[in-house]
Amino acid sequence: MATKGPDELEAQFEQWRGYVRRRRELAATDVEELEDHLRGSVAELTGLGLRPDEAFLVAVKRMGSLDELSREFAREHSERLWKQLVLSGGADTSAVARSRQDILVMLICATGAALSVKVPELFGQHIVSGPDETAAFYARNFALFGLPWLAAFLAWRRRARPAVIGALVGLFVAGAVAANVYRLADDSQSVVLTAVHLPIALWVVVGLAYVADEWRTSRRRMDFVRFSGEWFIYLVLMGLGGGVLMAFTVAIFNAIGIDQGDFVGGWLLPCGFMAAVVVAGWLVEVKQGVIENIAPVLTRLFTPLFAAVMLAFLVALLWTNHALDRNMLIIFNLLLVVVLGLLLYAISARDPLAPPGLFDRLQFGLVVSALLIDARVLVEITGRIGEWGTTPNRAAALGENLVLLVNLAWSAWLLLGLLRRRAPFVRLEHWQTAYLPVYALWATVVVVVFPPVFAYA
Amino acid sequence: MRVAKDLVAASATPIVLGILAEGESYGYAILKRIHELSGGELDWTEGLLYPLLHRLERLGYVESSWQAVTGERRRKYYSITGAGRAELAEQRRQWETVVDTLKGIWLGPGGEQRIGIPPAHLA
Repeated sequence: MATKGPDELEAQFEQWRGYVRRRRELAATDVEELEDHLRGSVAELTGLGLRPDEAFLVAVKRMGSLDELSREFAREHSERLWKQLVLSGGADTSAVARSRQDILVMLICATGAALSVKVPELFGQHIVSGPDETAAFYARNFALFGLPWLAAFLAWRRRARPAVIGALVGLFVAGAVAANVYRLADDSQSVVLTAVHLPIALWVVVGLAYVADEWRTSRRRMDFVRFSGEWFIYLVLMGLGGGVLMAFTVAIFNAIGIDQGDFVGGWLLPCGFMAAVVVAGWLVEVKQGVIENIAPVLTRLFTPLFAAVMLAFLVALLWTNHALDRNMLIIFNLLLVVVLGLLLYAISARDPLAPPGLFDRLQFGLVVSALLIDARVLVEITGRIGEWGTTPNRAAALGENLVLLVNLAWSAWLLLGLLRRRAPFVRLEHWQTAYLPVYALWATVVVVVFPPVFAYA
Repeated sequence: MRVAKDLVAASATPIVLGILAEGESYGYAILKRIHELSGGELDWTEGLLYPLLHRLERLGYVESSWQAVTGERRRKYYSITGAGRAELAEQRRQWETVVDTLKGIWLGPGGEQRIGIPPAHLA
């Protein structure tokens, strides 16, 4: 017993440390200090004749409940409850070295993205005060300045194999060729369509860099969906900050009679945006787990509200039976995108094993009402397109509508299965992740096949 | 008799600063010293002491340093700074005012004791 005592006591301390370290309010040095206190207490009690294990129990008991202790520490160190983004410093040296490398590579990629958007100027494509031709050039290519750098950063973080890197390079080059190979009129619909669809196709390529070797697994694809949502939110937030910066730059220089419009429009806006594309990706990667994901929170907030609006619209549509504007198809496409986004981010944050609840019912209601609205819209619009002929815009809008409609219809079916406890939730998740390449495929068709089919209109 | 929580909290800073003015010390020893000085009547907990020490350090009244003790373990020692001594002098002045006032009330103008408090505590 005498030889066993100290070892046993050390084991108890070890256990206690493990337990206390889980408290966010207590820093590692606090735990060390408290342990020293505990040891002092134990030494005193054993001096009074208690066995080490008894002394330990009494000492821990004297320290009082950990909840109370943490609360007192939290009062002094409230900043610890706000998880901070640690840029440098900290205890774990290998993790710090890793995060420093991350920052370095991120800075290289962000600088690369910011500079690439200015490269075309060397060939006479001036962003500010350029002719229509330049505007059309940037519209077709803007996704090609930032996204390859974001993909490069992600591929570096994933330590992607040469095969994956080769595929990434190949796909981005293919994207660049597709954007520039056709001789499109500067005011043609195809320029706008390329500007909208090339980023979608290339975003899926970024997804390939994100999931790297595990591109077949549904879990990793779902992670990419989460990444996309958070990335977008960070980009919007940085956009807000950038807007304030630009407004002040213009305003304060104007105050002393210097016009900074060209600098802001030609450098700050385009370079800042492209850099932000990379920085947002880096933020999502390092902030993962540091803060709660915000996309699912927004989803929870807005699903009931959207469901209410859609039901109201459905009732109004049936009541008034008002004719629909043929050009409004795009609005209903966007509506389906929003509904799909709400569905996707709710799925991404849902516990797969949880039984169906009220929120799933709400979601089912949302998807079904979106489907009903869209079916009604689609019937009217296909009739009119038959009457007025097709243009690239109408064909693209119609195609997108079908792509989204198929996804949502099957999702509704799976949601119904979930509510009736016939199908497990995971089928819905698999359906969504399996469907991701379809968006890329359709976007590619619009960029590559549409221009020749519609005679470069 | 135990001293009320509010009073313990109010007197915490001058007590800790006063003990550290005697020489540098560490958490457990400070707590023992308080126990000793008050005859066990001041109910101090770790939850009061350590956050207080950290606050005093943040305010610049004390400084801390890690010193090696047996084996690989180390202990955090606290010592009072110049600003800490100034704060202690100020707190002492305030406490003396409070104590004098209370004495004036309790002992009355004629020196007769009006409320049954053992005089030893007021000395």
